[in-house]
Amino acid sequence: MARALIKVPPKAKRGEIIEIKTLISHIMETGFRRDNVGKPIPRNIITEFACTYNGEEIFRVDLYPAIAANPFLSFFTVATESGTIAFEWTGDNGFHETGSAKITVE
Amino acid sequence: MSVTISPDRTGATRRTLLIAGAAGLGAMLIRIEPAAATPEAMQRLIRQVVGEVPVRKGKVTLDVPALVENGNSVALTIEVESPMTAKDYVKAIHVFNEKNPLPNVVTAHLGPRAGRAKMTTRFRLADTQTITALAEMSDGTFWSASADVIVTLQACLENLD
Repeated sequence: MARALIKVPPKAKRGEIIEIKTLISHIMETGFRRDNVGKPIPRNIITEFACTYNGEEIFRVDLYPAIAANPFLSFFTVATESGTIAFEWTGDNGFHETGSAKITVE
Repeated sequence: MSVTISPDRTGATRRTLLIAGAAGLGAMLIRIEPAAATPEAMQRLIRQVVGEVPVRKGKVTLDVPALVENGNSVALTIEVESPMTAKDYVKAIHVFNEKNPLPNVVTAHLGPRAGRAKMTTRFRLADTQTITALAEMSDGTFWSASADVIVTLQACLENLD
């Protein structure tokens, strides 16, 4: 179970541009390293992140092994209406993690 | 390779064994490819993304530290100049590198709902190199920016011994 940290402002004015920050604990093993007996360590990364605002996709990212361990992402969106901002991470070996945050738009 | 040396049963002669050996050596030679992106590989990948459209410099701001002590985690911010309206917005932001094992770093897909075409992440750098950010606009044009980064502790390829 991976731990995800999500930062969304709880309140915003309608039309305001808000910043969303996410951090998830993940090793992001590149697949290019070898262990102490010279055996290649298989790749184990998060390959995709998607963010939806009341069901509508607002931001999606393809991640590659070049992304540092514990992927951090920050991006922006327009606060249009009150509701839920949901997050989804998918990766190698069936990795799947979700998270969500509530926002009140006045 | 598991070639049983039993000429009586399989009919394997010295010659066929030599040929098998040479083939095995050839296969080994092919496998010894450097696991590294090159500036050419990055250019090829950029061509794949943009196709025949010319890439122009500008509109994109790429913010990375000029000197990095630890390549394992480097802050990266990309901002693209755009009104982000329904008619004129940034469709995608790509980041490429020259010398990591793979030329890709990250690809973000966004739209008018973003309000501001700006993102931050943290990435790895295997060597001192040039990073390129590419923005794909809704009108089909491509804009780019590059930044040089000096890396003292390299990431990606370090072994666990």
